Amino acid sequence: MIEFTINGQATSLDADPNMPILWIVREKLGMTGTKFGCGIAACGACTVHLDGEPVRSCSTPLSAAEGRAITTIEGVAGEDGALSAVQQAWISEQVPQCGYCQSGQIMSATALLRDNPEPSDEDIDAAMSGNICRCGTYKRIRQAIKVAAGLETAQSEDEAQESAA
Amino acid sequence: MSEQETAKPTAKTERSAAAKWSRRGFIGAGVLAGGALLIGVGVRPGNPVGKLKAKVAGGAGEELVNSWVKVGADNVVTAIIPHCEMGQGAHSVLAQMLADELDADWSKVEVMQAPADGSYIVSDAARMFVAPFTMNAADWIEPTWDGLFTQIGRLADVMITGGSSSIRTTGQYQMRIAGAAARKMLIGAAADEWGVPTSEITTRNSTLIHSGSGKSAPYSDFAAAAANQPMDSSPALKDPKDYRLMGKSKRRTDIPAKVMGKADFGIDANIPGVELSDLSYAAVRRAPVPGTKVTSMDAEAAKDMPGVQQILNMGSFIAVVADGYWNAQQALNTITAEYSASESPIKTTADQFAAFRDAIDAAGDDGGEQAASKGDAASAFADAATKLEAEYSAPFLAHAPMEPVNCTAWVRDTDDGAKCDIWTSTQVPLMARSAAAGALGMDDEDVTVHHPFLGGAFGRRLENDYVTMAVRVAKATGYPIKMIWSREEDTQKALYRPADVSRFKGGLDAGGRLVAYNNIFTQRHDPAEASVPGIYDIANTSVRVAEAPLHLPFSAWRSVDHSQQGFFIESFIDEAANAAGADPLEYRLSMLGANTARHKGVLEKVAEISNWSTPRGEGIGLGVAIIESFGTVGAEVIEVDMTSGRPKMLNVWAAMDAGYVMNPDGFRNQIEGGIVFGLTAAMYGEIELEDGAVKQSNFHDYQMLRMDETPAIEVAIINSGTVPIGGAGEPSTSPAAPALANAIFAASGKRLREMPFAKQFA
Repeated sequence: MIEFTINGQATSLDADPNMPILWIVREKLGMTGTKFGCGIAACGACTVHLDGEPVRSCSTPLSAAEGRAITTIEGVAGEDGALSAVQQAWISEQVPQCGYCQSGQIMSATALLRDNPEPSDEDIDAAMSGNICRCGTYKRIRQAIKVAAGLETAQSEDEAQESAA
Repeated sequence: MSEQETAKPTAKTERSAAAKWSRRGFIGAGVLAGGALLIGVGVRPGNPVGKLKAKVAGGAGEELVNSWVKVGADNVVTAIIPHCEMGQGAHSVLAQMLADELDADWSKVEVMQAPADGSYIVSDAARMFVAPFTMNAADWIEPTWDGLFTQIGRLADVMITGGSSSIRTTGQYQMRIAGAAARKMLIGAAADEWGVPTSEITTRNSTLIHSGSGKSAPYSDFAAAAANQPMDSSPALKDPKDYRLMGKSKRRTDIPAKVMGKADFGIDANIPGVELSDLSYAAVRRAPVPGTKVTSMDAEAAKDMPGVQQILNMGSFIAVVADGYWNAQQALNTITAEYSASESPIKTTADQFAAFRDAIDAAGDDGGEQAASKGDAASAFADAATKLEAEYSAPFLAHAPMEPVNCTAWVRDTDDGAKCDIWTSTQVPLMARSAAAGALGMDDEDVTVHHPFLGGAFGRRLENDYVTMAVRVAKATGYPIKMIWSREEDTQKALYRPADVSRFKGGLDAGGRLVAYNNIFTQRHDPAEASVPGIYDIANTSVRVAEAPLHLPFSAWRSVDHSQQGFFIESFIDEAANAAGADPLEYRLSMLGANTARHKGVLEKVAEISNWSTPRGEGIGLGVAIIESFGTVGAEVIEVDMTSGRPKMLNVWAAMDAGYVMNPDGFRNQIEGGIVFGLTAAMYGEIELEDGAVKQSNFHDYQMLRMDETPAIEVAIINSGTVPIGGAGEPSTSPAAPALANAIFAASGKRLREMPFAKQFA
């Protein structure tokens, strides 16, 4: 039995301690917000927090979670369902396209802003360059991080309507 | 299936399909909607289709895919969208277009993915889908709905999400008509009830209003009565000045779920009635070289590994079925196998490029298929004041969507005979159905396709190779399996954007004008015009295609032929500008041919926003490219800093004219993403061959552009009013590589004629 908490819930599981947390979360616990992208910690789609630190769950064995706290994308919103500042900024800046990588992006960005509430562009590059977005939404991810940090103003739906010469 | 042999299943986990997977557990899985439907209004098939067809330029066929609108008792309008949502935002924007014509209250509009299965009309599930609404609807409604489903089913070959086409065809010619027709019927019903002329009734926010009498009512009050109104299959559509939703950056409806981890992609499929712990997973390994087979395998070690249920030699691939994907893949990794020899003489990247060059050499001065011809390009070249010769090349590329290829399948016997259900991310749900049916020897109607969001596609999910594999495994097991490809499998055993070589012989007259354009290459797929420099006025043009073998199977890749041809043509034009001693952007303007007002417009706009004429510092250069594709004209300028000796991309400016943009922010997001996609290919994209197999395997050696290398991007939209309108998903991808190559030349004097670029600065 391996004991850990996931999104605040105490959990104990009789599972292979070598199995990556990604597959435990997705297939044993049925939480599919965390995504499989590469299996070698090269894309960041599977990013979760382990005691608050972002880790690539595809390459982190369940044994590493013993006695620790896992947070997944499903645990980012408040208990009342209120979206986090990062999630809200992802909406105001209309970041996702396909959305598949965005759980991992949000987990990386959330950890960045907790440790560094006013990140520079270089800080954002350093924290986020482990997360690939094949749709190419990096510009919006950067902007959304600044909005979540309060460094930029959120785009309102009306403001987004401008343009077109 | 004769090639299939089943390895002895491990007794400890073998299970009986019949006992565990009851029919009871499955019923209802195909039902997409419940709740109170009062009325459905659709475009009647067979009736308007003929008229619509004439309105659609290009005869793409997609105009025949119908779309629907429902009005619920709660006055919620549901737009049922026949396109897949793969990140392009089509679900939201198509709903916007329908809702605008319907004068619907956008805050009460919902989006539903259309069921992509003609069998809904004959299956129990279909009856359940239609039933709540037939109880309240007029007689004609049910045949119409059935007819719509039938129509969809019959058009299996055109229900495609691709070609940057959703908005410009389905949206313009179906969703808007469906919305406008529904509005007219609601007005007709209210006019009858209120005893006033239809002309006196206005609509606003899902409300019918008669200002003369002060009467007003929500659409839902007249939804049932509207069903008895005649339906106008070609209602008047709004003039752009009356748009309330079209042209506005309404937020996408799919995004909230995507930031909460609640959006379901194909890989997240659950089978209704099947416990999570009871689902099995398949890991697969195809024979490494296209066209080869697994001749033997040694799976001794794998049989005793944790969770392993079955090990199958399927002929062209090996499958391990286990209680989880990880266990399946770990076991698969221990299996060694022998493969049949490939008949392809091409073993390496060098072999492939030699085959291209041999074909071009063999075509000589006038061989090959003539793709375009004007004047006498050979003589014009001979007589030219300045001659230019250049050869360009582009490599194979994988699509690499973030969601690896996967498909969940269940093949089973029922009281009604054999049935199959699949859950998968696909751009072509009905072709997926046919592929599954074909592989299983079933009728299409016995296969049901469930297709949630796509975790990227870019053309990869136009193919059904993986669907065929999954249903074959599921047939062999008899119980449901979720097949997931490893990233390595996804990179190495897919279908690819073809590599190619393109040679040019160009001639300039004494004034520097390009007057001779001779071009030959080997890969022509789609669109046909991609290889023709049609926007330019070149007096003598010859474009030829030589036939060459292609070792890896072809697949459409975002922007298809434009992805190579754009680099070839726009690099060569840049070389001509340089040979003429002209500014590359001014040169393009001077070379534009007839009917190029939009091209002039985007070039001038991109010059303006990039401050093109403002000199940059030493080692910093600007490059430009302009390409018309998928109905949209796009020009991009890239600013690159070469002072470190390696390209550092600083800025990209894009000016795009799609005629009219339905959702500016969504359009911009597509353009931004398309640029990153193009720059990724330009800098890193390369699939190489070794011993006939793909060498690259994962993101460490098939690199993607990341946050730290992504330049700032600014997009200007030009609404020129041109009709038909253009697409958004693909047009910005192809200009990126030539604009970057041209910028590197401007900054450093180094002309790049091979993609990708990064390794040339190692």
